[in-house]
Amino acid sequence: MQTFLQVLINGTGKGAIFALLALGFVIIFKATEVVNFAHGSLALAGGYVVAVLKPMVGWWSAAVAGIAAAALLALVIERILLARARNASDKSLAILTIGIDVLLLTEVVRRLGTEASPFLGDPYDVKPLTLGAVTVGRSEVVALAVSVVLITAFFAAFRFSPWGVAMRAQSENREAAALMGIRSSRVTASAWAVGGALAGIAVLFLATQDFSGGGLSQGTHGIALAAFPAAIIGGLTSPAGAVLGGFVVGLTEAMTAQYVDLDFAKVAVYLVMLLVLVVRPSGLFGRVVQARV
Amino acid sequence: MSDSNRTAGDVVRGGGRWWGIGRVAGAALLIVVLLALPLYLPGEWLKVGTWMMTGAVGALGLTLLTGQAGQLSLAHAFFLLVGAVSYAVLSGPVGDPTYIGFGLPPIVGLLGAVLISGLAGAAVAPVGRALPVLAGSTSSGRLPQPFSIFGLSVDVSRQLSSLSVFGVPLGRDERSWYLYLLLTAIAYLLAQGAVRGRPGRAWRAVRDNETAATVLGVSVVRVKAGVFAISSAYAGLAGVMTAWWIGIMKPDESEVAGTYGVTVSIAFLAMIVVGGLGSLPGAVLGAAVVFGLPVALPLLTQNASSDVGSGTAFSPIVITNFTFGAMIVLIILFEPSGLAGLCRRLLGPARARP
Repeated sequence: MQTFLQVLINGTGKGAIFALLALGFVIIFKATEVVNFAHGSLALAGGYVVAVLKPMVGWWSAAVAGIAAAALLALVIERILLARARNASDKSLAILTIGIDVLLLTEVVRRLGTEASPFLGDPYDVKPLTLGAVTVGRSEVVALAVSVVLITAFFAAFRFSPWGVAMRAQSENREAAALMGIRSSRVTASAWAVGGALAGIAVLFLATQDFSGGGLSQGTHGIALAAFPAAIIGGLTSPAGAVLGGFVVGLTEAMTAQYVDLDFAKVAVYLVMLLVLVVRPSGLFGRVVQARV
Repeated sequence: MSDSNRTAGDVVRGGGRWWGIGRVAGAALLIVVLLALPLYLPGEWLKVGTWMMTGAVGALGLTLLTGQAGQLSLAHAFFLLVGAVSYAVLSGPVGDPTYIGFGLPPIVGLLGAVLISGLAGAAVAPVGRALPVLAGSTSSGRLPQPFSIFGLSVDVSRQLSSLSVFGVPLGRDERSWYLYLLLTAIAYLLAQGAVRGRPGRAWRAVRDNETAATVLGVSVVRVKAGVFAISSAYAGLAGVMTAWWIGIMKPDESEVAGTYGVTVSIAFLAMIVVGGLGSLPGAVLGAAVVFGLPVALPLLTQNASSDVGSGTAFSPIVITNFTFGAMIVLIILFEPSGLAGLCRRLLGPARARP
């Protein structure tokens, strides 16, 4: 029972981070219809900035700079590259982000070199927390708290703020939104910036002892890939689905790693994704597009 | 994407007579050069060539799926693994207690591996159909593991035994060059036939407008599943060629990096984009760039002093990744029809002459 509770809390904490990644991924997809394969690299680039600045300016400033850098990078990618290829199909743009991903990943991994990979979670990493009878990693608990705050803030903004209204209007019907005076480019750019910032926040928890046991490296990019099944399980068009998908992925991974096999955990995530797709082809909350003939 | 439609029409119309003669002469010259190359090139360069051909077979399969039928898939490397594992099991040695092998002749193993990959593709296709984007990032899971769960452990690195097809012992670079050339040629011609014929028209109809295709009497579901199976069979063949080329069947280091990881799927995607989506010659060109560069660069720079130091050096793999990453970005932005489109544009004036 004790182990179960421990695994449950750890899995939820991990799920919270996947939820952040998947949420950013879905926001970008909703605003631009582009599957952003560079999401893992955005996280990695943000993490790299944190790792470089940390010894100079301290963790807090470095973390803020890293998040800002990831957001800025996403913004630059959207403005300079994707906005120029507006007439290309969604699929071409998805492949374009694969190219960006290859470039970013190669450069960051090259810069990291073969030295010991840096850990990014200084204030909370490797400081186990005892809650009653169970001991859990502090990173997971902090991650959960941070995500709950961020996700609540996002949904409030999405529901009530002018930005959220514009965003929803555009994903509903691009032409009609444009005719109502919504600036498409501004919505798109802000969606990418928000997605980038969320990836920058997520990496602060991904590259910790508690979370993955490894520092910032190519492996971090691999872990961030789990945001894809999370987003797909939830349905690519639904922010709420992305959050749910994130928790499903986190819990599946933690549970199977504990009770089945460590290596099987990663496969299990994809098996769950396949199961969901077989039952509901558009994901749990995905929009179903039907064509009548 | 639409240029692939044009090639079919060009053949029918024939173009100018000189263009036709030039085309035949060019093809003949290419065949002669390819057949004569092993007589002049040293062994390590032949290995580069066979590796390019391995990539070309895989890329041909993916360009049918993504370029012709419009389905994006990241599962290509998974089917490479299916092909390689099937071959290792079908043609593996009998009687070794640590190895599940049926000891079939390699040619049977090869055909079996291609068939099994195709069937696996057909089985996965319903999910791919449901979600054309990301048709199966299923592959990103660490796949050697499920195989060990089902009792087909591929965990131990083993020498693939009895590598001879048609009595040709593989491992001899010159002979394997000819074998790979034959396999690539067969794969290319079959793909060309499909693209120019009825299946190709059905794929493009589904790609361009599913509703219109349905109205025309094309069964969208069957076409999508069919092209997925064909693409998987190509990947299976490429997998067998990979296993031959490396010489052993071993598990990947992680789910992202390795011979059958998601990075390889991305490399295949890069090939077909660099070459031009849907174009068969483009897929071959793209394979030459993406698979050729990382193995050719060390040969070119082996005399230069390489400074490894802290590991931040520009190693061949880093240079290759930069090259194809940049090529993907530039090609999508400026030349959506890829290298094939570029060549066609350069040859354009020659073709227009009567």
